[in-house]
Amino acid sequence: MTSFDAIVIGAGHNGLAAATRLAKGGRKVLVLEAANEPGGATRGRAFAPGFRSAGLAHLVNRLDAEVARDIGLDLAGGETLLPTTVLDGSGKAVVLKGAYGESIDGVSSEEAAAFAAMRTKLAFQAGVLKRFLRRPPPQIGAIALGDFATFAAAGLGLIRKGRSEGRDFLRMLLMNVADVADEYLTDDRLKGLVAFDATLGVHLGPRSPTSLLGLYYRLTGDVAGKTGGQYVPSGGMASVAPAFVRAAEKAGVTIRCGTPVGRILADRGRANGVVTRDGTEITAPIVVSAIHPQTTFLNLVDPAESGTGFVRSVKNVRSYGNVAKLDLALDRIPDFQGLPTDARNGRIVLVHSMQQVERAFNPAKYGEFSPDPVMEITLPSLTDPSLAPAGGCTLSALVQYAPYRLKAGWETGKPAFLKIMLETLKRHAPGIEKSVVAASLMTPVDIEAEYNLPGGHWHHGELQADQLLINRPTSAASGYRTPIEGLYLASAGAHPGGGISGLPGWNAARHILSGATS
Amino acid sequence: MQKYDALIVGGGHNGLVTACYLQRSGLNVLVVEKNGWVGGAATSRELTPGFLYSNCSYVCSLFRPEIMRDLELPKHGLQVIAYEGGAVFTRDGDYLASYRDHDSHRREFARYSRRDAEAYERYARDVTRQCRFIQPLLMRTAPDPFSFRPRDISELLYLAKKFGEFSPHEMAETLRFWTMSISDYLDEYFETDVIKAYLALSGIIGTALGPMSPGTAYVLLHHYMGEVDGSVGAWGYARGGMGAVTQALARSFESVGGTIRTDAEVSKILTRGGRTTGVVLANGDEVRADLVVSNADVNRTFLKLVDEESLPGDFVHRVKHFKMRGSSGKVNIALDSLPEFPALPEGSSCMRGDMHFTDSIERMERAYDDWKDGRWSADPFLDMVIPTTLDPTMASPGKHFMSCFVQYCPPKVEGRDWTDADRDAFAETVISQIASYSPGFRERIVHMEVRTPREIENEVGLTEGNIFQGELTFDQLLFNRPVPGYAQYRSPIAGLYMCGSSTHPGGGVMGAPGRNAAAEILRDLKRTPEQMSKAHDVI
Repeated sequence: MTSFDAIVIGAGHNGLAAATRLAKGGRKVLVLEAANEPGGATRGRAFAPGFRSAGLAHLVNRLDAEVARDIGLDLAGGETLLPTTVLDGSGKAVVLKGAYGESIDGVSSEEAAAFAAMRTKLAFQAGVLKRFLRRPPPQIGAIALGDFATFAAAGLGLIRKGRSEGRDFLRMLLMNVADVADEYLTDDRLKGLVAFDATLGVHLGPRSPTSLLGLYYRLTGDVAGKTGGQYVPSGGMASVAPAFVRAAEKAGVTIRCGTPVGRILADRGRANGVVTRDGTEITAPIVVSAIHPQTTFLNLVDPAESGTGFVRSVKNVRSYGNVAKLDLALDRIPDFQGLPTDARNGRIVLVHSMQQVERAFNPAKYGEFSPDPVMEITLPSLTDPSLAPAGGCTLSALVQYAPYRLKAGWETGKPAFLKIMLETLKRHAPGIEKSVVAASLMTPVDIEAEYNLPGGHWHHGELQADQLLINRPTSAASGYRTPIEGLYLASAGAHPGGGISGLPGWNAARHILSGATS
Repeated sequence: MQKYDALIVGGGHNGLVTACYLQRSGLNVLVVEKNGWVGGAATSRELTPGFLYSNCSYVCSLFRPEIMRDLELPKHGLQVIAYEGGAVFTRDGDYLASYRDHDSHRREFARYSRRDAEAYERYARDVTRQCRFIQPLLMRTAPDPFSFRPRDISELLYLAKKFGEFSPHEMAETLRFWTMSISDYLDEYFETDVIKAYLALSGIIGTALGPMSPGTAYVLLHHYMGEVDGSVGAWGYARGGMGAVTQALARSFESVGGTIRTDAEVSKILTRGGRTTGVVLANGDEVRADLVVSNADVNRTFLKLVDEESLPGDFVHRVKHFKMRGSSGKVNIALDSLPEFPALPEGSSCMRGDMHFTDSIERMERAYDDWKDGRWSADPFLDMVIPTTLDPTMASPGKHFMSCFVQYCPPKVEGRDWTDADRDAFAETVISQIASYSPGFRERIVHMEVRTPREIENEVGLTEGNIFQGELTFDQLLFNRPVPGYAQYRSPIAGLYMCGSSTHPGGGVMGAPGRNAAAEILRDLKRTPEQMSKAHDVI
């Protein structure tokens, strides 16, 4: 049997990015994937006869250009940015064009100017934060030269525009999105949109302190250098996973699917391979876990090797999803009131105010789903006709809030929540209910089962201030290394976090290749 | 026309602290106070014959011991009596007691959960460690990271050095702690609802946040860093009510020649050519002074007392957006006998501490949801104390004064101003909650004072009735408090300073803002302060 320099657990985009970088760095890499096909959360699935969903994500908005270039990812379509349309039910749409509303239709010119001012401010501040995304989090205590460089560059970037910008940055960094939106905006629909974007995928409401971080995170993403841009690759989201696979195979990575790992072999604090669930032992000096940190340390590693204090800190990582994924099979293209035809291929956000988002969040705190949820929608089959039969159409929606730990339990909760969603859709697209061929709702519990994601959280752990940088996923395992020598983390649970960026995996691989020890 | 070296607008505890330090350093200082008495939010008032009310702040812990020593407050009559414990009453008729003695406390926790009792050891250790982080910051002016002045840079380096003395793990823990919600933080240690509810209360008192809001772990710290007789985290009653604190300050001030003028509301702070020249009082009198120090909150000071034209536009913009957000109310009750709480054993020491009815974090958070919608909580969180159980000077024998702090209570009711009917309905909500745990409570009531944010603003002058003179959120702490670039007690107007809780380190009867303001003023005057302890310097 052939031996490998490194084993990567999990063939999600981060696992494949890590594997590819390692292979390009001259390592012999084996990727082990539990599912029968690679892709992780970008893995598509058929949800009704003739209808397919392209996976959890339905837009690309933060794929890192440097990562894509470095691992040789060929993903076309980034040149056309998709618009975001806000529908509040009045039939009067607000359309944000270009990269996160470089221009806006449907609001007064004063409001458009106010939004532009806010956008400029936040984009500038996000630009400062961005410097910290492409490298391991700075390790205070033992600050590396590179960290100094990053800090210095960030500092200079800050004061470039004068000290008042610097002061504003330190003031706003941990604010809630509601206060910022109120300071700049007056239009409820725009406020509702930024509130939604800031809180999508995290357990916070717009008025929760630090909720602005969610918006910053979105704005650290770019498409072809355009901050906050979003697109769907030509060929659709279904072409994302294959692209990562092609890049990996081209770099000589071996991918073995249908091979779940049962245990990570570690002896006296050093990892030296894995045992697959069927009992096969595969040894390698480097093991890279590109799956959820909690799965890694609570299921695959012997607690005796990692230590009880550490295990406790891993258990304490908050990783309960709040977003449900709805896939609808429709026999025709839905007609959303006020949605311009040329914006149909973009992102549609159903929200009427910031307060709606806040009120949608309240029940989630107590383990109840939102009676009046907010959601973002795309119509994937418009870009990728292969997802639906001729004349048909698919609708993909991310719906908030749907707490993983539903008090009433999701068996009873699911049909009730689905009904609410369809009602909501009906209000915005009258008649849509008649065109529904099939509906597939994935609650965080279903997402957990489908993608082996504890808590069904696509960030592999809350993306909140206390779980970032040196505390992601936990201080003793931040910066990709772990208490176990030779075992590294490379999933969204590691810095900088989730979304199709490739950064956690790529950073981890570079960290390993740099020869830095655990 | 009289002229003073320095004039303090408002005789609250911080104003008096600044006044004392300045007078002791040789300035001729006048304190002008709009009310007929000094004290601001730290007062004892006889609102009904035979009963002294601590009608705003009601317990004492945060007041810096260095200041007590510097200003000889014990000599001037201040005595703080530490109280022994408290209780959270649960809906099932039981209660969770708290005791000053760590071991008794742990044993009580064990009555609910052995696991929690063990976790309490870790919890107490970890939180105390966090206190050691924050305490040195209290008595120092927050450095301005962007002034690039040598003094700020060296201060930043000093703090970096202090911070550097901690292990990377401790630093990571601190970053976590400062940004966490108290609810998430407690979930990492405890499993019992009532224990979490009991420990969470310090995370929300006075703030317009729920226990599930990030940043409330820090607010908890803000209430833990106090001490009584050197025992950190302990709380006590000022003998004679909270007015005793400010009375002692007033006596200390007058004993060194300071002047206090009450019933003297300031209507305008005078400026000429970017300098302050004094104030105009409501009665038209003009008082001259080259130095004016405002104890009023930043909103009142710069939006009501100073002409907007004399201030930079961006400064005014920031002050307008400085978050006040009153979140609490107060019901002060005179009782003709000690109320009974059947849940408690006869003569329990718990009656001599703070008592609560909120037995789960969810109830606390739901109370906050009401506030977000502009309503007072239907099921409010109460912090009740009966200081007369330890202090005989506040009511005649057998009679009692009960202070009842209520959260949440919005500055406006669903967007409109408070009416008397609202206030009475609010009071009824509170009284009925108490009565449901204490049979016959209503019958004991002799007199009652109900204070919503409206009353607090009208009497004390705290904008929106915010007891901290501004929210304690990250964007309003340290070098951001009250306005980035103006967080060192100076204002855009030469000679005009701030010394209230709107400035670092914020609210509570602490005195630190007043002391730090005095230090900055004396620095500008190139005077060495008399009898001012060094800035707190231990980590």
